[in-house]
Amino acid sequence: MTRLHVQLAAAAVLACLALAPLVLSPFSVTLMNYIGIYSLVAIGLALLTGVGGIVSFGQAAFVGIAAYATAWVSALNGQSPWLGLLFGVVLTCGVAAVLGVVTLRLQGHFLSLSTVAWGLAIGFLFGNVEGLGRFNGISSIPPISIGSLALVSSAQIYYLIWGIVALVLLLGYNLLDSRLGRAMRALRGGNTLVESLGINAFRIKLAAFVIAAFLAALSGWLYAHMSRFISPGPFDASMGIEYLMMTMVGGAGSLLGGVVGAAIVTLLKNSVQDYLPLIAKGASGQLEIVAFSALFILFLQWARQGIVPSIARYLPKIRRERPQPAPPLPRRPQPTPGELLLKVDGAERRFGGLVAVNNVSFEVRSGEILAVIGPNGAGKSTMFNCLTGALRVSKGEIVFAGRPITRDPQSRIAKAGVARTFQHVKLRPRMSLLENVMLGTYSRTRTGLFAGAFRLNQREEASARHEALMQLERVGLGDKPFELAGNLPLGNQRILEIARALAADPALLVLDEPAAGLRRQEKLRLAELLRSLRADHLTILIVEHDMEFVMSLVDRIVVLDFGSKLCEGVPSAIRSDERVQEAYLGGVA
Amino acid sequence: MTSDIAAILAIDGIATGAVYALVAIGTVLIFTVTRVIFIPFGDIAAFTALTLAALDAKRFPGTGALVVALACLATLIEVISLIRNGEVRLLPRALLLYLAIPLAVVGIAWLTMRMDPPLAVRLVLALMLITPIAPLLDRIVFRPIADGTVLLLLTVSVALHFALVGLGLLFFGPEGVRTEPLTSFSTEFAGVLVSGQTMLIVLAALVFSGLLYLFFDFTLVGKSLRATAVNRTGSRLMGIRPERAGTIAYLLGSLMAGVSGILIAPVNTVFYDSGFLIGLKAFVGAIVGGMTSYPGAAIGAVGVGILESFASFQSSALKDVIVFSLLIPILIWRSLASLHSEEEIEE
Repeated sequence: MTRLHVQLAAAAVLACLALAPLVLSPFSVTLMNYIGIYSLVAIGLALLTGVGGIVSFGQAAFVGIAAYATAWVSALNGQSPWLGLLFGVVLTCGVAAVLGVVTLRLQGHFLSLSTVAWGLAIGFLFGNVEGLGRFNGISSIPPISIGSLALVSSAQIYYLIWGIVALVLLLGYNLLDSRLGRAMRALRGGNTLVESLGINAFRIKLAAFVIAAFLAALSGWLYAHMSRFISPGPFDASMGIEYLMMTMVGGAGSLLGGVVGAAIVTLLKNSVQDYLPLIAKGASGQLEIVAFSALFILFLQWARQGIVPSIARYLPKIRRERPQPAPPLPRRPQPTPGELLLKVDGAERRFGGLVAVNNVSFEVRSGEILAVIGPNGAGKSTMFNCLTGALRVSKGEIVFAGRPITRDPQSRIAKAGVARTFQHVKLRPRMSLLENVMLGTYSRTRTGLFAGAFRLNQREEASARHEALMQLERVGLGDKPFELAGNLPLGNQRILEIARALAADPALLVLDEPAAGLRRQEKLRLAELLRSLRADHLTILIVEHDMEFVMSLVDRIVVLDFGSKLCEGVPSAIRSDERVQEAYLGGVA
Repeated sequence: MTSDIAAILAIDGIATGAVYALVAIGTVLIFTVTRVIFIPFGDIAAFTALTLAALDAKRFPGTGALVVALACLATLIEVISLIRNGEVRLLPRALLLYLAIPLAVVGIAWLTMRMDPPLAVRLVLALMLITPIAPLLDRIVFRPIADGTVLLLLTVSVALHFALVGLGLLFFGPEGVRTEPLTSFSTEFAGVLVSGQTMLIVLAALVFSGLLYLFFDFTLVGKSLRATAVNRTGSRLMGIRPERAGTIAYLLGSLMAGVSGILIAPVNTVFYDSGFLIGLKAFVGAIVGGMTSYPGAAIGAVGVGILESFASFQSSALKDVIVFSLLIPILIWRSLASLHSEEEIEE
């Protein structure tokens, strides 16, 4: 399947959608309108929850804010619905931005719980504010007019709704395939990964959060002017759950899944309403919600993936072309070989009473490979985390390329030119090798949100793609750039991480136990690769406890034991040092 | 606001808070043992009140039918999974646990009902009928996804709450109930009239938290529950079955929720859907305790009760808005206070 096939399929679907009102009954068109309106919210949630990993129970509140805003402007103050749209979107995004700034630093389930909290609080607000009609709601909301044409009938507003849905899908997929979209897709890998790539995780989360709220606002605006009447009911907590359900049924990681999920849930709900009274005579309407929740729970138990990803597995893969040569990305000024690159001066890190790193000092000069070794519990990992900003030192100073980085957050250290790999490989398994490496180019590229969604910066994108391919070729993984990273064996995953680090054009490459878990052949290949990188004048710092791997590879070694520096020197001197032998072997027998 | 009113509001708030505290402690218990944030505990509390009201009115409560239905479903699922895994020899035990015991409970309640029992017996019956629900739901809903992320479990838990609200309407009807007070005793305390019911609520909260403390610190079963909370795999290696620990936690939790339901029924009119707000407010309290500390949860829940009491004096329409808005700063404070553990989301 090529790109053309996909485009043809999309065109066919669009044609069917365009013809639908001519064929369907007015009731079915109204149903389609609801599906479209719910889709917008579900697409936003797919981006937020599926892609970004932020589960929100509160989207219905955003829909409600926009709906009430536009109703207030148009029905209560007699202004144009378009002014209502502007007001609704600005208000909703403003509220979302404030909530996001306050809550998005929360971790894991705390964040989701906060969405329950504000979702409920805002939901209660609608029914209790004096000027908004309380529980009676607001009626006689005017229809949207385009020029002199008022969109009164359901077939008329149908085209507006589905036009917006199609546009949103197009822009959404463009965005996901751009620099910021890739950063959003990396969010699920955890903050440490994202920050290590020079990405400010908080800002990316905030962007996803506001985009989802923006889509909810569009939905609320359309809802208010389609049904011409609003009350607190459709924006309460249970509706928030329903949106989440649509997203999960469709497939949380997929924008198209939002539309499919909205369609399935809406149609299902409709048929439950139709058929339930036939099955259980006299059953109250509340059985609906029981049947519905039960289906949802069953769904989560049996198909956590969702429908679209389950089907997509059986479709032929989209054939992609290898990236073409493109102008290179700008490179950072590299230090001259032999000059002082990294200086750790009296670093100390305490965890309560435990001193994990105690007064450690060493230097790394440009162009060398330095290893920090030591037995288990020597403080290697703590030292590593302090260097990369994952932890702060309690005392002491770390200077990189003449600039103190002691207090800098991870992403700033990464931007300054320190690229790292992880002991427990952190790749995005569902992204291709190429995309994983392209994540590394984040801090070397500029494309923003709008440029990404409207594909305005294709030159930079082409350069980034080509750079990623070159780095893949450099480490020997250039033959299958579109393979999924999760399909690689561990040895190649380590090497892929190195390619990703190289794509950031680092001045210093920091490797966290690169040989751990590798087979002998894989270790030899890794050593070979690192030697070739040294030949390219790259400076490398390795934290490792595999002595054999280190001895044959590195220029100098720093030995840590019980958090303090034991000694420092060339491999042959370290090998014969009695203190090192004692630390590793517990004394010479 | 005069000091008299403030005192009345404070006492009122403490009583409400004590009810929330019981549910909050149950929530923390379930969360630590199973990682499930069990939102439906509020529903369990409300159902207990409705059960008691039905018993008072000499009607057999809908809870009986609910337990029977859940027991049949749980048995079916358990039997199928046992047969699939080839563990047929465990079948009699499964039938006993998931079918015979719940049915026996309903049967005993039904028979006792006919004898027109006094209030104390009715209380016991209400608690008996309510306690099997959560463990059965655990078997049906959560056991198949016990390995899922906290977020998945939370999503399912919220969905389960909505299912329960629907079932509540089906089994109990839309009428609100208010049961007769458990005691008519009242006394003056610092110039303010304190009802016996209020004192009973606070007393019950204290007694049950105390019992829970003794259970966890001085019994082997309690210790095994704590072990499961710390490390599932590790405790499994020590011969503790996390599933069993989960069931015990659900039993204890629903007992506490049931007690709180009984206590709140004479004070507030309870509807089939009153549980959600009870559950959520208890949950706010539980979060104050970081979802791990029982005293923290109890203190938090009492705080929520007092806040709600004062907020409803200021603006009864906006009291829920105030309570839930306050959750956000609490969450931020808790998130900052908790260790920054890196969480990677499964795909």
